[in-house]
Amino acid sequence: MIFDYETLKLITWLLVGVLLIGFALMDGFDMGIGALLPFLGKTDEERRVIINSIGATWEGNQVWFVTAAGAIFAAWPIVYAVSFSGFYLALLLTLFALFFRPVGFDYRSKLKDPRWRSTWDWGLFVGGFVPALIFGIAFGNLLQGVPFHFDDELRAFYTGSFLALLNPFALLAGVVSLSMLVMHGAVYLQIRTTDVIHERCKKAVKLFGVIFIVSFAIAGVWIAYGIDGFKVISMPALDALPNPLAKTVEIAPGAWMSNYETYSWSMLLPALAFVGAIIAIFWSMFNAPVLAFIASSMSIVGVIMTVGMAMFPFVMPSSTNPSHSLIVWDSASSYLTLTIIFWASVIFIPIIIFYTSWVYSVLRGKITVEHIRDNEHTSY
Amino acid sequence: MIDENVVDLSRLQFAITAMYHFLFVPLTLGLSFLMAIMESVYVMTNKQIYRDMTMFWGKLFAINFALGVTTGLTMEFQFGTNWAYYSHYVGDIFGAPLAIEGMMAFFLESTMIGLFFFGWDRLSKRKHLMVTWLVAFGSNMSALWILIANGWMQNPVGAEFNYETMRMELTSFAEVIFNPVAQVKFVHTVAAGYVTGSIFVLGISAYYMLQKRDLAFATRSFAVASGFGLASILSVILLGDESGYTAGEVQKVKLAAIEAEWETEEAPAAFTAFGFPNQETQHTDYAIKIPYVMGIIATRSLHEEVLGIKDLIKIGEQHIREGMIAYGLFKQLRKELKEEGKVREETKAEFEKYKKYLGYGLLLKKYTVNVVDATEEQIKKAALDTIPPVAPLFWAFRIMVASGFLILLVLLLSFYFTATRTIVNQRWLLWGALFAIPLPWIACEMGWVVAEVGRQPWTIGGILPTHLSVSTRTAGELYFSIAGFIVFYTVLLVVEMYLMFKYARLGPSSLHTGRYHFEKETVK
Repeated sequence: MIFDYETLKLITWLLVGVLLIGFALMDGFDMGIGALLPFLGKTDEERRVIINSIGATWEGNQVWFVTAAGAIFAAWPIVYAVSFSGFYLALLLTLFALFFRPVGFDYRSKLKDPRWRSTWDWGLFVGGFVPALIFGIAFGNLLQGVPFHFDDELRAFYTGSFLALLNPFALLAGVVSLSMLVMHGAVYLQIRTTDVIHERCKKAVKLFGVIFIVSFAIAGVWIAYGIDGFKVISMPALDALPNPLAKTVEIAPGAWMSNYETYSWSMLLPALAFVGAIIAIFWSMFNAPVLAFIASSMSIVGVIMTVGMAMFPFVMPSSTNPSHSLIVWDSASSYLTLTIIFWASVIFIPIIIFYTSWVYSVLRGKITVEHIRDNEHTSY
Repeated sequence: MIDENVVDLSRLQFAITAMYHFLFVPLTLGLSFLMAIMESVYVMTNKQIYRDMTMFWGKLFAINFALGVTTGLTMEFQFGTNWAYYSHYVGDIFGAPLAIEGMMAFFLESTMIGLFFFGWDRLSKRKHLMVTWLVAFGSNMSALWILIANGWMQNPVGAEFNYETMRMELTSFAEVIFNPVAQVKFVHTVAAGYVTGSIFVLGISAYYMLQKRDLAFATRSFAVASGFGLASILSVILLGDESGYTAGEVQKVKLAAIEAEWETEEAPAAFTAFGFPNQETQHTDYAIKIPYVMGIIATRSLHEEVLGIKDLIKIGEQHIREGMIAYGLFKQLRKELKEEGKVREETKAEFEKYKKYLGYGLLLKKYTVNVVDATEEQIKKAALDTIPPVAPLFWAFRIMVASGFLILLVLLLSFYFTATRTIVNQRWLLWGALFAIPLPWIACEMGWVVAEVGRQPWTIGGILPTHLSVSTRTAGELYFSIAGFIVFYTVLLVVEMYLMFKYARLGPSSLHTGRYHFEKETVK
């Protein structure tokens, strides 16, 4: 193998980042569009236009999420274990919300009854809105630290409650992720539609773009001055066998800013988030949604990397026993497993991007009300 | 101590959600292949009817696929939400096939599925055919990786316990992939999926024939299904799962429990065709035995013995005693590591000798946290625990096998009368095919009961007891999530069945091509 264990642990962190970014970019706009569906589509046909703009491709996009979760399971088993069991009720709500999507897309237009269709429309709304919000809330909680600790045999105990997850900062983070994905979704929908829906998309981009910029700015100030970060005081060598109990960590005000202070170039990451959103709004207004889509994608990349950079090397800090926090260096799988995940990613992610691009190029083009009428029985 | 309620409820929830998920998986596996075959015929012969067949069965495929995806998400969440200690303890091995499944298979299947439905007018014939094959290939590759993961739970090869990281770690990925249990399971499971798809198409086509409508469409679908189905059921039966039961100790226990073989019999052992196994008295009441059969099935030989349950309990007890030593040494190692920063070589060498049985030591955790202080009575209890519940296994296995042979009969007859071109006149057989539709589902579900109930008391055979694998959540949260799953899954199943019946009854007329039964009657 070309890398040592230490490097491989770092690559794993980057890989999880890539998969999360892939998820936010691809499934993100599906969720955003789901959340917009009942509002941008006033009639049944308009709603079908919106649904069919993503209907053929959303399924593949969702796999970014499945794969990201699978990769976390494989590469950071203990993070997967603690986060999924810790956020138990929140994750189940997300899961139940996600249930609405596969069935919503496929079943909605199979019957003509308007109540049936409207029920599934709201189902698709829930399937977009709830996960987009909860993922943000989850990150909001990660930034504040999560109440968990281990016993000597590494059994995790989570001592928080579901309602405690819904604290003000976490809700703000939820607004950030929701508005970010809705903006992104509206931009994508603008590419795929014409006329009245196209115009409504522009309004949505503007509205949610501004909400995103404002909420992201407040969250940034809050992190810098209002929230205590975490700092590693001492730990074993970076290439040591992973043991989350072997280090000491303390909670320190402003600690989440320390990476930005050390590496000043990294301030470009939050800048990218802001600039991307501003450019997205701008291009959307001037009817260049493809450019706007690239810009909103950059904005999402900026947001996720901003959070990653602030927390590094922390993945899941513990608020009740900071020294039990999970960090990049002590949460990883064995050297062999990381090697396998590395090669699988190097081989398959380019292949995935290749055939996904092919599928999008085959299915490109505007979806219109006429298109729906012509394909009454084959469209969603 | 771990809350027993949480363990039971977590198991119940997993059983409900996994069995529910598997209502949809086998049809996806089988139907995707059948669609690919039909479309291949279309591309080769250029006959429109085969395109219609692909599209119509594709419509039913979509209704089923939507729920397969919905319920599959649950499975991926659930290891983390409800089996956190498991996820930590074996994630190093178990996670990799799941991650690779996503990257290699599920991505392909899910990306291509959209193009399958919406690409008919945008792709050349050959390209569309390629897409259909990629969907089928993707779904089958998915099954491969999932069954590699499951096979490892049954027979955990290529991994070792590491006392420093407090988990199992991968030592050979090749061993995990080429695990004989996984390989046998893969073939058995996907072939069962092909049978499910075939019986589904066969039964619904029979219905059209009974109704005397869309005969050209129905007989052709019937013919494809009977041929593919017959080949598949033969491989399901001939390459039965139990051929994997000789690999690994836990699999042997499972085999003995399936057969309710309490005493070790002289080779070749008899097969108990019928009876009422009683775990309390360790005896099967009213047993009807067929000589030789079981020995041959289980060992593929006339000379090898099949160990009986009572002897296996004795072996289990021995392992538990060794496991207690292993656990004591493991605690010693952790202590030395903590206090002295490194371990003593003698302790380590001693632990290496016993660590194989650490999992058996962990079985005692159900009765005493410290393991090493277990009483004789607790050891005896834990030894009894090493045997899974015999009666459910005994019955599930027999129901599965009986369904399998009924399916074989239906397919043999269907194939014969298709070959003689008289199938439309065999109304009794058409009724038989229609009512055979539930059989593959019964067989598949029972097969999983055998596989997973038979794995008890372990999540990872011989390594990690089910009892220890759960997350530290409360029973109240479990009640909430189980209730949520039951409500959602019931509603979704009703909706799915409604649409499935509606579209199956409508038949190819649902394509609105103007060529089929209901469109000819009404002016459109």
